[in-house]
Formats: sequence, C-alpha cells, structure tokens
Amino acid sequence: MRLPAGGRIDRNAPLTFSVDGVTHTGYRGDTLASAMLAHGVLAGPSIHFGRPRGIVAAGVEEPNALVQVGPEPMLPATTVELTDGLDARTLAGRGRLVAPNDGYYDKTHAHCDVLVVGGGRAGLAAAVEAGRSGARVVLADEQPELGGSLLSAPDTWEWLDTVVAELASFPETRVLTRATVFGYYDHNYLSIAQRRPGGGRLWHVRAGRVVLATGAHERPLVFAGNDRPGVMLAGAVRTYLNRYAVRPGQRAVVCTTNDSAYATALDLLESGAEVLVADVRPEPPALAGVVASAGGSVRSGTVVAGTDGTPRVASVLLRGPDGRTETVHCDLVAVSGGWNPVVHLHSQAGGTLRYDESLAAFVPDASRQACVSVGSANGELDPVHALWTVPAEDGAWDTHFVDPQRDATVADVLRATGAGMRSAEHVKRYTTIGTAHDQGKTGGVATLGVLAEALGAGTPGPTTFRPPYTPVPFALLAGRDRGALHDPARVTPIHSWHVARGAQFENVGQWRRPWYYPLPGETMTEAVLRECRAAREGVGVQDASTLGKIELVGPDAGEFLNRMYTNAFAKLPVGTARYGMMCTADGMVFDDGVVLRLARDRYLATTTTGNAAAVLDHFEEWLQTEWPDLRVYCTSVTEQWATIAVVGPLSGRVVGALGAELPPSFMSFVDTTVRGVPARIARISFSGELAYEVNVAGWHGLAVWEAVMAAGEEFGITPYGTETMHVLRAEKGYPIVGQDTDGTVTPLDLGMDWIVSKRKSFVGRRSLRRPDTARPDRKQLVGLLPVDPDALLPEGAQLVAPGTPLDPPVPMIGHVTSSYRSAALGRTFALALLRSGRDRLGQVVHAPLSDRTIEATVTEPVFYDPEGTRRDG
Amino acid sequence: MTDELPRSPLAGVTFAAPFVRELPFLAMVDLRAASFPHPLPGPNRVGSVEGRDVLWLGPDEWLVVGPPGDAPAIETLLRQGIGDGHGSVVDVSANRTTLSVAGPHARDVLAKGCSIDLHPSVFAPGHCAQTLLARAQVILRQVDAEPTYHVLVRGSFAPYLAEWLADATREFG
Repeated sequence: MRLPAGGRIDRNAPLTFSVDGVTHTGYRGDTLASAMLAHGVLAGPSIHFGRPRGIVAAGVEEPNALVQVGPEPMLPATTVELTDGLDARTLAGRGRLVAPNDGYYDKTHAHCDVLVVGGGRAGLAAAVEAGRSGARVVLADEQPELGGSLLSAPDTWEWLDTVVAELASFPETRVLTRATVFGYYDHNYLSIAQRRPGGGRLWHVRAGRVVLATGAHERPLVFAGNDRPGVMLAGAVRTYLNRYAVRPGQRAVVCTTNDSAYATALDLLESGAEVLVADVRPEPPALAGVVASAGGSVRSGTVVAGTDGTPRVASVLLRGPDGRTETVHCDLVAVSGGWNPVVHLHSQAGGTLRYDESLAAFVPDASRQACVSVGSANGELDPVHALWTVPAEDGAWDTHFVDPQRDATVADVLRATGAGMRSAEHVKRYTTIGTAHDQGKTGGVATLGVLAEALGAGTPGPTTFRPPYTPVPFALLAGRDRGALHDPARVTPIHSWHVARGAQFENVGQWRRPWYYPLPGETMTEAVLRECRAAREGVGVQDASTLGKIELVGPDAGEFLNRMYTNAFAKLPVGTARYGMMCTADGMVFDDGVVLRLARDRYLATTTTGNAAAVLDHFEEWLQTEWPDLRVYCTSVTEQWATIAVVGPLSGRVVGALGAELPPSFMSFVDTTVRGVPARIARISFSGELAYEVNVAGWHGLAVWEAVMAAGEEFGITPYGTETMHVLRAEKGYPIVGQDTDGTVTPLDLGMDWIVSKRKSFVGRRSLRRPDTARPDRKQLVGLLPVDPDALLPEGAQLVAPGTPLDPPVPMIGHVTSSYRSAALGRTFALALLRSGRDRLGQVVHAPLSDRTIEATVTEPVFYDPEGTRRDG
Repeated sequence: MTDELPRSPLAGVTFAAPFVRELPFLAMVDLRAASFPHPLPGPNRVGSVEGRDVLWLGPDEWLVVGPPGDAPAIETLLRQGIGDGHGSVVDVSANRTTLSVAGPHARDVLAKGCSIDLHPSVFAPGHCAQTLLARAQVILRQVDAEPTYHVLVRGSFAPYLAEWLADATREFG
C-alpha cells in the first residue's frame, strides 16, 4: 500500500498506467514496480512451472517482474520509470522482440580524465573530489536521479542535494543519469546505454581513469518456497518504503544473516508494520535491542525454513536454534543473505576477484586497467554469517529456488553434481542457472555457494563477467546506422541525372551505379538489348566516373609501373595510353586498367571501380616496403575527375560536336576544352567500338554530361548502364577482374599471354614460372555458346563433361562466370573458367541445373569482331 | 574562362541547422615532397604558405587549400618551391568539398560521429586530423575558437554526410 506521506514521488503529478489491461494510478518518481507494488499487482508467472511470482528487488537485479512495454521485451519493472499512459504486459519469463523498434537511438563519443560509474555515496564523493580538481569528469548512473542507495535513506537527502548541486557547478563535469555502463573494454574504453525519451543514446567513452562505485546487490536466502510472492530482498523493501512511500506488507518477517536488514526492520516499524526479525546468527547484535525498543521482536539462531500461502505468502515456518519450528502469520518476508559487490565491470576489464570469507562474496582483487573500485563495490560492507541453504522439514529441495528466472532449484544443482559435474561452468550449462535476463545477479553467488556445499568444497569457486552488464537493445547498438544512413551510398556528380532518367541502380562496393535505364513498360532484358544495340550501331553513353584514378608523379614513375604491371610502361609515349594488368605476388590477376602518360614524369593509372583503394594501398605498400629508393608519389584523383564514356560508331560525331579537339588515334588522348571546361579526352574502348572517354573536373561532370546528351540527341544517343557495359565487353571477351577472376586466375589462364612481359621483372613474375601455373589442366577462360540459342546459363553454374553421373560427388570441370543475351549475336552466350578449357574448344559441356541441363559448345572467348576492325569506327 | 558554372556535390542541399553550411569549390592541391623551402606544418597541424592554408596529411604529404579558382596559382607556387627536387603537385580541388560546422553545438554534433577528442585542451584552432565522421573518411580541421570546424569530404560521400549531419543536428534545431 501507498503510505500517506514521504518518499521522493511527486504526489502532485499523478500518472495513469495499465498492467495487463488493468488501469492503476501512480506518481511521477515511481518505477513501474513501485506503482505495481502499491496496488498489490503481481509479476507474471514463472517461466516453466507457472508459479506465481512477485516483485523481489528494486533495481536491475530483479529476477521476476519482467514486462513488455511497446516494442521492448523483457524489461524489469524495477527499471521502468512510470510515465502517464504507460501500458505494460507482464511476462512469464520471456518476451518477444517487436520489430521494427522505431525509437530514436543514436551514438556519441566522450572523453574524460575520470569516469565515475555509479552515483551513490562512494561515486558522488569520488566525482566531487575529481571535479574540484578541475579534471574532466563523467559521472554515469543508471537511475533517473543521483544518490544510489542514499535515495532509500531519507536522513542523507540534505547531503545529497548539496553534492548534486556542487557537481552541477563544475564546467568540466558531465553527469549522465539513466545511463548504464554496460561494457568495459581494453584501453579504458567503456560503453554506456542511456535511456532518453522515445529512445536512447549509446556513449563510447575513453577515460583516463575509472572509478567503479557500482554498489552491491543483495542476495536472497535459499529456503523452501522462497519464490512465493511477498518474499522480497530486505534492502528493496527499505527502498520501496523510503523512496517510493510504498509498504509492501503489514506483518513482516525479516530474515537476515547480517546487520543491514535491521534498517529495514526499523523503517517497517516506523511505518506502522508489525516486525519479527529472524536472525540466523546465534548471538543477537546490538541492533536487536533497538528493534525491540521500537516494538519489534528478534529471534536469534532462527531461520525461515518454509513458506505457505496462495498466491502470496501468508505464513512462514520458523526454525529456532533448538530445531523446534513455529508457524508465524505474515504478508511480507524481507530476506538478506548478504551482499554481492557489483564487480561486473571490474571483471570485464580483466580484473581478478577474491572470495571474501567475512562477506561470503567476491570482491575486486587486482585491476588490469587504470581503474579502482570504491565503496560497497570494493567490499565495504557488513560481515555476514554465510548461509547457503536452509533444509526443509521434509528434506525436499525442489522449491528452494536459486535462479527463479530459470525456475532452477537446489534440486537441479544436486542433479548436476550427482551426474558428476564439478565445474560451475558445467553446472551452469546443465541447469541454465545464470543464463537468464538477470545473468544471475541475485542467484549467481548463491548458486556457487550451494555448489560448494554440495561438493564439500569449502569456498565457492571463482567467476567472471562478460559484457553487457544489463541487456542492451539491438536498436541502441544500431543507432542511426539504419535505412539510408546504414552505409554511405557513394554517388557520382551525374547521379541526379540518372535518377531523373529513371535508371535502375546497382551497388558496386559503396557506389550506386546506373545498371540500366528502362523505358516505360520495358523489362530489363529489353532495355539492355536496346542499350547494347545503340552502342554497337549508333552511339551510347555511360557514366564511368567511379573508375579508380591514381596520378603517379616522379622520374621513376615509369620504372615503378613496369614493376607493378605485367606489361611495360616506361617507354609509353607521352600523350598515349596502354591497357595494363597487375598481379599480386602469387601471380594471380589483381587488377587491370588503362594507364595514360601525361608527361615525361607523370602517369595516370585507372583501376576497377571496386579496387581503387586496394590498388593505391598495393602501390604504397611496394613503394614503402620494397622500393623506397624509387622517386615516385601516388595521389588518388578518383573523384577529381568525372568520366563520360561516349561509345559507338557515331561517338566521334557527338564528341566532335562538342567543339573539342579529338585524340588522333586509338589509345591516345588530348588535353582540350569542352564548352570552355578543361577536359581530357581519350580514345579508349571497353566495348570494341569506336569510343571516347571525356574527363572533366567532377564539378563540371553534370554540365558536360548534359552537353554530350544534347550534342548526341540527333544521333539518338542512348545512356547505358553497367549491365550493357558487361555485355559489350563480354562479347569482346574482355574479362572483368573479380567476376571472371577470383584470385586463383593468372593472366595466362585468361589467354592473355601477350600482356605478360618476358623481358622485364614485375610483381608476380616468379610465381608465374611455377610448374603449377603452367599445368595444362588449369581452369582457363573460354566462351560458351548454349546449343539452344535462347537458353541463358546462370552465372555460377557448374560445368560437367557430358555423360557424367549426377550422383554426388559430381566431378566438376568449371563454372560459368558471365552470361548474357547478346543483341549483336542474336543469341545467348557466356564466359566460363573451364579445366583444360583451350583443349576443349568445339566440345560440348553440360550445366546441370535443378530442373534441367543446359548444353553448351566451348568456343574462343571473343564473340564479336575478333579482328578488332570496329574500334576505329 | 569557362561558360559552364561548376556544380558542387551538395548543390541543392539545404541544411536545416543554421550552423552547417557548404564551402564549395575551395582550391585544394596535394603536395608530396621530401623537402620544401618554406616551413611546412608537422603532424596534424595546419600551417600556411603564401597566405594559403597547409594541412599536414602525412610524413611527406600536405594539402594546400586556397579560395575558389586559386589552384593554378598554388600549383605554380608549389612547383617553384620544389624546383629541381623530387616532389609531386596534383590539383585535387574537385576531389572534396568542404562543410563548415560552427558554434556552440558543433562539438556535440561532431562527437556523434567522430571518435577524436575535440575538447579545446586537446584539439584547437590550427589542428587537423584524418578521421571518420560517421562512416565517411574526412579531413577535420578546427578553424577558430568559436569553434568553427571544416570537414573536407570526398564528393561521392558528401550527400551521405549531409544526410547524416541533417540527422545529427536535428536535436539542435
């Protein structure tokens, strides 16, 4: 029930909320749990046995009261701030993630000299001390207001107000509330999950030093029926009384192993409750007299041995020092089995733990990082009388719950040890203890104690902790990296034109490249055939701006290129260009592209779109590690230039109409102007047709593209995308690195012996001399013409020799790397890597698919204009 | 003289936050040199040569930044400086555009995507760094103590970064 006065709730701000469809009222400052408790609302039933359960704790350690609020499953009601209209559903141990979680989650970075974790007594003292020194301080606390356990102790609130005000006066101190430090990683890097209205924020923090003032979690006692609603942690009862003005019961039995629960007993008495303290210690402490004079009674050497009542506790069975039992009626059992310092972060940071006999708990031992634990987290706690289990009168152990969230009891632990398990890790996996939402915050050490007792091992074994300290929503980890912000979409200066033209786009790495430009009602196949026809018969245009571009400057640039490419560049005349191929040191094809010689000591190398950064890294690696003596500098100019490929027999007329000077011959270029814009125009062809590449500064790209379109209008200029580019080059048998090669293919496998210099050394040359790279049965690039000219081989299809039985394992002799419909050929065709491919020219191979087999004839990989007559128009 | 106006990668983008704007078309020239007659700034610092800002990019690499249209003059200046020595001067003006993020919210906005400590005791006017802002590679420099930051980003990433900034500045109106 709600007490008429007191607490930190705002009685002028009543809030309406509902649990499982029943409406209640609470106050601002309540948690959902305190408001539920004020109305006697139970938690959901237990996960396996469906046993009634109540609220046990007042913080993140709550094992029972899980609720679903909106999209978020499995929130402990003890951590949910009450808001007006809050609609919660209780859960039987398990929730359901509702997707999408549309809350606003973002991330930020913070740096500080001192990060203080926990805003209780010890943390506040540390933060104030650090703040006074002028240090950059971050104080993070998981509660809506600072104070920690002080919020349950009204006599400290004046001090609390003073300290909080002083903290606010420090310009370099940042206080984060509702902020749970959930991960502590190397180099004092910590993660904080902060709850914010409608979402949350993930803080990445680098701290010079870390102060762990994370407090302690109270342990329950393990007796028969210890999960009955009304059995609560004694400290939590005090929190509900003093912070929320909620008294969970009128007739209380307080069962304790230590002094801390006497504060609860006294506060209960002051609130008007009846109190009987069952102290397991044989001798009464000094506080017993205080309780007696306040109207309560204290029984020493006495334990709670069982409970009764449906669904709530209505009585307990007390067993005294002489073994005699007595039934005592009550509606609240406040228990304290001792306190576990919250050592999670210390342990996550690599710190070791030590078992403290007087606390019957693990305390921080050595730290591995610049962090220190203080206060309760460091074991500054009352000594306890260790009591791991209380036998029942009937000797049964199957209602002695050690992990209520997993419905796991002492009987389960005994079953595990009976099966021969000795390691806590094995027992954990066998019983699932500690694997639930609370990760054993209340039950973990108790389980270790039960295990030690069962094994006769003396003290509980060690334990370690991993992040996260408390569950973190995936939506928080994703932050804003979702939707359009999930991954950058790199676009060219001409992108807006492609969008306006209705292009379909293809992802090439992070680039969005036009794939094809369908006309209204056109399928992709129709569009690509039309685009191909335009480039072969008239004029097409493609945005090739994404090609990687590297400028190489220095007197040794030619020599460097000679070493990097399989073919030679040192003697390339200025003003001309040459196609080049590059291998990695293993002799496998790495990249290809055209290299222009701009001046005696200046080259421009183009790379494939996807490999631009990798090629620059490759260049730099060889320059810096192998040939620092070479005088050459590499500079990426990929985005300096927009590149427009004008392709087809009419391309010269279009580019000529722009008023630019034209390069005199295939593989030459000129520096000229287009519409007054400085331009470099090269005769380069990736289609076999007459073609010009117009390069202008990126910021002129769109205007020049539009000028090309205008100049080409009378010639029916047709924009085309990557799919048409792929078809056109495949018709010519030009491989695409990364599509027709996969890092296991040499230039010789591609049939490009002509590009491998025999006179000079280059990266990969030695590997190409290995016997393995000369094997005749390597996979080699060939063409495939399906016997049925309308059958399209799927790319990736495996190839087998005719007559091969299709019972696994099927001996495969190759696979299809590229496959298209060709407008120029009037049929389908493909490229393939085929074992001993060149020996199979003219033979038929089979591509067995799930529903049919496609037969294809092996051909040379050049299908169109093998003489190369079309490149000059 | 060109008869076509240049178009920046963020042409048509309007920033809802008044403290974010694009500074398009700045001249940028990449300088590589083992030695140079003028003193050049050291690691992660910005210096100046003949009135142009010089940003340190690497042990032998700097980016020289000037007003729009200044690239040819910068190239000449740098080539003269290199003289007969070994060096490289490459106009990269159109490689990147520049975003200015200024004012009391600038640090909080950048902190959302940048893991570098931008506290004035660590990162001050005249400092620069190559880092990530959200998922885009950028060159970040602090221009003044207001504070004003310049973010130099490749044109292809600029629309993404503009969208990210629009989102990151939302809470600051």
